[in-house]
Amino acid sequence: MYNFNYQKASSVADATGKVAAADDGTFLAGGQTLLPTIKQRLANPSDVVDLAGIGELVGIADDGNTVTIGAMTTHAAVAGSDVVKSKIPALAALADGIGDPQVRNRGTIGGSVANNDPAADYPAACLGLGATIVTDKREIAADDFFTGMFETALAEGELITAVKFPVPQKAAYQKFPNPASRYAIVGVFVAQTGGGPRVAVTGAGQDGVFRQADMEQALGNGWNADAVGGVSVSQSGLNEDIHAGADYRAHLIGVMAKRAVAAT
Amino acid sequence: MSETGIGARVKRVEDFRFLTGKGNYTDDINRPDQTYAYILRSPHAHAKINRIDTGAAKSAPGVVAVFTGADVEEVGGLPCGWQIHSKDGSPMAEPKHPLMVADKVRHVGDQVAIVIAETYDQAKDAAGLIEVDYEELPAVVSMPEATGGNSSLVHDDVTNNVCYDWELGDKAAVDAAFDKAAKVTTIDLTNQRMIANAMEPRAAVGEYNAATGEYTLYTTSQNPHVIRLLMGAFVLGIPEHKLRVVAPDVGGGFGSKIFHYAEEALVTWASGQIKRPIKWTAERSESFMSDAQGRDHVTHAELAMDDQGNFLALRVSTLANMGAYLSTFASSVPTYLYATLLAGVYTTPVIYAEVKAVFTNTVPVDAYRGAGRPECTYLLERLVDKAARETGIDRAEIRRKNMIQADQFPYQTPVALQYDVGNYPACFDSALKASDYDGFTQRKVQSEANGKLRGIGISTYIEACGIAPSAVAGALGARAGLYESAQVRVHPTGSVTVFTGTHSHGQGHETTFSQIISEAFGVPIENVEISHGDTDKVQFGMGTYGSRSLAVGGSAIAKACDKIIVKATKIAAHMLEASEADIEFKDGKFTVAGTDKELGFGDVALQAYVPHNYPIEELEPGLDENAFYDPLNFSYPSGCHICEVEVDPDTGVVEVAKFTAVDDVGRVINPMIVEGQVHGGVAQGIGQALLETAVYDDDGQLLTGSYMDYTMPRADDVPSYTVGQQSVMGASNPLEVKGVGEVGAIGSPPAVINAVLNALEPLGVQDIAMPATPRKVWQAIQGAQVAQAAE
Repeated sequence: MYNFNYQKASSVADATGKVAAADDGTFLAGGQTLLPTIKQRLANPSDVVDLAGIGELVGIADDGNTVTIGAMTTHAAVAGSDVVKSKIPALAALADGIGDPQVRNRGTIGGSVANNDPAADYPAACLGLGATIVTDKREIAADDFFTGMFETALAEGELITAVKFPVPQKAAYQKFPNPASRYAIVGVFVAQTGGGPRVAVTGAGQDGVFRQADMEQALGNGWNADAVGGVSVSQSGLNEDIHAGADYRAHLIGVMAKRAVAAT
Repeated sequence: MSETGIGARVKRVEDFRFLTGKGNYTDDINRPDQTYAYILRSPHAHAKINRIDTGAAKSAPGVVAVFTGADVEEVGGLPCGWQIHSKDGSPMAEPKHPLMVADKVRHVGDQVAIVIAETYDQAKDAAGLIEVDYEELPAVVSMPEATGGNSSLVHDDVTNNVCYDWELGDKAAVDAAFDKAAKVTTIDLTNQRMIANAMEPRAAVGEYNAATGEYTLYTTSQNPHVIRLLMGAFVLGIPEHKLRVVAPDVGGGFGSKIFHYAEEALVTWASGQIKRPIKWTAERSESFMSDAQGRDHVTHAELAMDDQGNFLALRVSTLANMGAYLSTFASSVPTYLYATLLAGVYTTPVIYAEVKAVFTNTVPVDAYRGAGRPECTYLLERLVDKAARETGIDRAEIRRKNMIQADQFPYQTPVALQYDVGNYPACFDSALKASDYDGFTQRKVQSEANGKLRGIGISTYIEACGIAPSAVAGALGARAGLYESAQVRVHPTGSVTVFTGTHSHGQGHETTFSQIISEAFGVPIENVEISHGDTDKVQFGMGTYGSRSLAVGGSAIAKACDKIIVKATKIAAHMLEASEADIEFKDGKFTVAGTDKELGFGDVALQAYVPHNYPIEELEPGLDENAFYDPLNFSYPSGCHICEVEVDPDTGVVEVAKFTAVDDVGRVINPMIVEGQVHGGVAQGIGQALLETAVYDDDGQLLTGSYMDYTMPRADDVPSYTVGQQSVMGASNPLEVKGVGEVGAIGSPPAVINAVLNALEPLGVQDIAMPATPRKVWQAIQGAQVAQAAE
């Protein structure tokens, strides 16, 4: 670790102000990626602005057709929320499968979405459900938000305040974890939404989470597991590492999609 | 049996302090005026060092000193404890293993400089200011390429990177048997490289006392006396009376903390240079690139059989990776701890093995739980399974018909060892029964109904442990005998302190050894303290590895107990005014035969120290005895492990559905600890079979350098085990024990892989390499489907 200035923010405006004023400031949400990165000297921010004291960023609201989750809400809170469990059980289950209990009790939805780790779970839920990312400045559709590996549409110093999830007719998430890290090698989120079927894939793509158009089309012709399992998945643009090649990932996208549809 | 004696299921006495955070580990030790060290390590696998500039680092804030390879050129290298001779009689190549390198780095993680500062962060910051001009050289990674004649050289004076080219067995007899064989089964296998991953990273604190000239090293070691001997005599030239080595609580070793490491010698040496204590604690990333790693064999083997499937001969050729330097016991692992076990539990009459040990630009390889014996067992049991498939003989049947029978002991194998006692068929049958082998077909049908492929795999094993009968070890090249020592001190009120030269780093010695005392003296274990790990307290010891602590160290304790009882009997006879021959000692009481006269153990102890009436002319006061014990032979635990797996054919995921281990470990002192050792060992074996592997790329970079990529077994990767014993009491030591520390890791990997192959057999899969990860299983299924489609 290198030394940095620790600052605690009292409000969203205070947080963005402090980051803007710093040489090289960064927001600290749950810290589940940032802190290990700092510890290993892979990041060297001048200022770390802690969002943990900002009450307005925490909480889950039920607006009938939309579930809005504050950016600093932990995975454990989402997993345990009666609202989420009744309105979007797939989202609660997804949150319950992130990391381990320690991670789920510290990690937050806003932190995960802002980081856009290509193997994270939440980006698949956001994209698969057609969520809207709310920031201190604007609202961004998930389709426009995730722009590449660890890349998002967030501007410099822009802070996620909440994520709005439209309630789907049905949805499910299936993850094939990396045996070592337990991050997704492939995770597929499927949903039948007001705008039609959506299929989002995490873990597999070189550019991070993406929608699988052929599967969405197949599901449009009938919501059925075999249809989606029969879709040929291209290896182009998929990740290769010591745990899985592009061929295996392409295959697993099919298997996980089929199992996700079957689970709805 | 007393309530806390031999055979009692006593709760571990050390666990209270471990579970409540009261353990005292090396990193918990802080000395007055202590400094902190950071080791600058090579980022390259193989590179010439043209220049090192430490100027900026030396003037960085808080820095006390910076040393590099040039500063330790006069200091000895890390020695190797076992000399192997090649086929042609020449001794193995033993290039210097320097504390820090001056000429060229030979693996990622090789020590280049040590920075000592007031704080660890200051040392680490300053290390970032050291400029090293590296000239990269081609890395030597693959063993076949390393020995191929055109390879770059890890050590310029070691031709073809071959450390030794060794053989064992009668080659001519084996070749003749192959000429007559009705059937030959061949196999090519890799036993992949493993990383031990002890929970506690290595650490060392060196302290020099300028007033007395004494050095103290606190270190994470399995054998502090061995470290004192090696470091004092061969590396730093410090005599034993000026060097104390303390290995306090140690959080797991699995072999990796046997060896003498550069950091131990560096902090000790440098503390003398700067006249202040120095602490170094490895970061986890450093553990991955500097703890000795395990296994890493590439083997071709052939089994000759007659037309009935009787084994006629075995021929084995192995390449064994040593890594960049010879670690302390590296040379013995793929030779005398490997090839000498190639008979297994079978009557194969002639065996020939040749082993080429190879230097590569990777982290040094040395003993890792089982050390050579898992490699041997994996080879044999994969080969036997393949022979069964190829001959059409049932897998259980081919094993049973070739097994050494109970009436054949002592059994002389064709590869040097003589098995003392055992009953392999009894163990085998017991395991088949405990696993409900006959009910497998029914379970397979159930699995298939759930879309899963089910397989069952058998493995038998034998190991030689209780290391070691010193004369035998010496004849095989060990540079030291492997006695163990004990001191049993009975205090005036009858409580007991035992000083043992073995070291506990998770095994529960404080409980097991206390039970030996409890049994011998009839005292409760609460009255016993076990002291280990400090060369100032314990006279000598060879430490803990090779499942030797109980068989050798425990026997030394038992021998010292016998001496105590002999002396206490004399004292009791004097006190009871009876003849020594009439004194009986039982359940902690001395009685005069045929009378009601008796004395408690504590009464006699008190009189031994503070007597009013004592036979001082004939007998020294005190009740404190030393003993050294050298075993008569190795001990030979054996067993049969049976694994059932379910394979998801869509994803390649293998789940261990059922695991049965029936082991012969001789006499059991504490059944709970024995079961725990088997559970842990099997978890480690399942880890090797399905999860773990150290992967280096072609440039010698370690790709699995963190837990993001190195897969450790977790609770949900292993099943609830069925563990049992079918034991024949050991014959090579007075406790009749055999050893249990390694059996789980030895017996389990082939059982798992044989089960996976059994599950995949209907799909046409014939081979799979460890670890059988989901990707590899899926690829094997794909490959078999392509092959079948082509037919």
